[in-house]
Amino acid sequence: MAVADVEPLLKRLTGDEKHAPSAFSTLDVIWVLYDRVLRVDPARPDDPDRDRFLLSKGHGPAAYYAVLAAKGFVPHEWLDDLAGPDSPLGHHPDRLRVPGVEISSGSLGHGLGLGVGTALGLRAQGRLDPRVYVLLGDAELDEGSNHEAIAYAGATGLDAVTAVVVDNDSASLGWPGGIASRFQVHGWSAVTVDGRDHDAIHAGLRAARPRRPHAVVARVEPKGS
Amino acid sequence: MRQAFTDTMTDLLNEDPRTALVLADISAAAFEPMRRAHPDRVLNVGIREQLMIGIAGGLALTGLRPVAHSYATFVVDRAYEQIKLDLGHQGVGAVLVSVGASYDGAEMGYTHMSPMDVSLIDTLPGWTVRVPGHPGEVGPLLRAAAATDDPVYLRLSTQVNDIAYAEAELLRPVRRGGGPLVVAVGPMLAPVLAATAGLDVTVAYTHTVRPFDTNGLRALAATGEVVLVEPYLAGTSAHVVSAALADRPHRLLSLGVGRRDLHAYGSPADHARWHGLDPAALRAAVAAWA
Repeated sequence: MAVADVEPLLKRLTGDEKHAPSAFSTLDVIWVLYDRVLRVDPARPDDPDRDRFLLSKGHGPAAYYAVLAAKGFVPHEWLDDLAGPDSPLGHHPDRLRVPGVEISSGSLGHGLGLGVGTALGLRAQGRLDPRVYVLLGDAELDEGSNHEAIAYAGATGLDAVTAVVVDNDSASLGWPGGIASRFQVHGWSAVTVDGRDHDAIHAGLRAARPRRPHAVVARVEPKGS
Repeated sequence: MRQAFTDTMTDLLNEDPRTALVLADISAAAFEPMRRAHPDRVLNVGIREQLMIGIAGGLALTGLRPVAHSYATFVVDRAYEQIKLDLGHQGVGAVLVSVGASYDGAEMGYTHMSPMDVSLIDTLPGWTVRVPGHPGEVGPLLRAAAATDDPVYLRLSTQVNDIAYAEAELLRPVRRGGGPLVVAVGPMLAPVLAATAGLDVTVAYTHTVRPFDTNGLRALAATGEVVLVEPYLAGTSAHVVSAALADRPHRLLSLGVGRRDLHAYGSPADHARWHGLDPAALRAAVAAWA
């Protein structure tokens, strides 16, 4: 299966027009993560040694749901009822309703703190293999809570954490100096890649180094273009 | 109470590898020996309360039992949305332990006061709220909280009663009379006992307001007349008492901290007087109501 095969699944999700650009902006990044990087198994979604993927930017989760369906975490039929009264799939994901979803998100600026805590919890239990990937949006970085997490993870060299920032130029005031520098100044390694180029995304994710958290800024077309 | 917390928390960290402590600079010095002993489970994130709760949520998601600690105004008021979403909405719990109850930090001004913390927690489902009235109650309550995965708020104060009642999860009568039931929560017991000396009332004590002992309330409030004295916002538990007595005629007087920013410093005793929570004012309020 390739990402092209996910798109029909994505189109089964209706009623998410508001967040559609947001959903499509993340599709390639989420696909590369689930197809090439994450050590996760739909048969064992609670495996304590699994990698964690946290969709901090809970907006527009259609791409997330479609990839989860493509990878066997949720039935394809669920995609036909987005945010209905009996649907487990809403416009922001709920970890208690959807297998494979690590955090309930929607309000921006929560995933990175939860991801840092998850990495710390795994480390405290001697689980050093799992990595924690947190997907954020460039506008989401407006929330100051992210910068609490960026500063702490950088200062403590929390190298199990990778932040992936999908950058579609939607932050109202922009990020002068670039998003990567916001992480680098706190000791993270950071790379900027073409968010539609699967090999580039994969290479960016593999560029993590010991003793530093890692950030991948995935540039995509500007929102609304 | 703060020392009792430090002592018991230290023991828990040494005894139970599931226990973790997350700090935001407050009390960091007191726990520095523990941070050195257990660097992966004693985490000081600096002055970052949103992150403190986010990290607690993440720790809980991996199966640890996090305790997060700071002044009430920082751990509850400032981080309210993190408590709502990073703990509650994720389906995980933590133990939040606060100091600086209501006006304990009066000399530092309103920025360091939180009489609204229990009301804020009360808006969220599933929380157990402990309001000890004596340092001797803190250790058992913290141990009980650490043994579960539930969300628990443990509110410490510098205001203390003369006697510890570790077994006061349910309403515990400490003085029997024939008139109204006076419920004293946490450190309000001492001023309530002084205020009601010689009055024909039943005084019952509890250090646990969520869940509230509604069965005990119904049994003790035979006259249907209840005075509720809480050391935080007046009326915080009024809705629980009213609902518990909805099927019978009753009268309720709710006393506690007023909904006012006094823009005043002074001592906790000054603020107790200004909010009508000193024994003389309490006695006058009960007499006028009765």
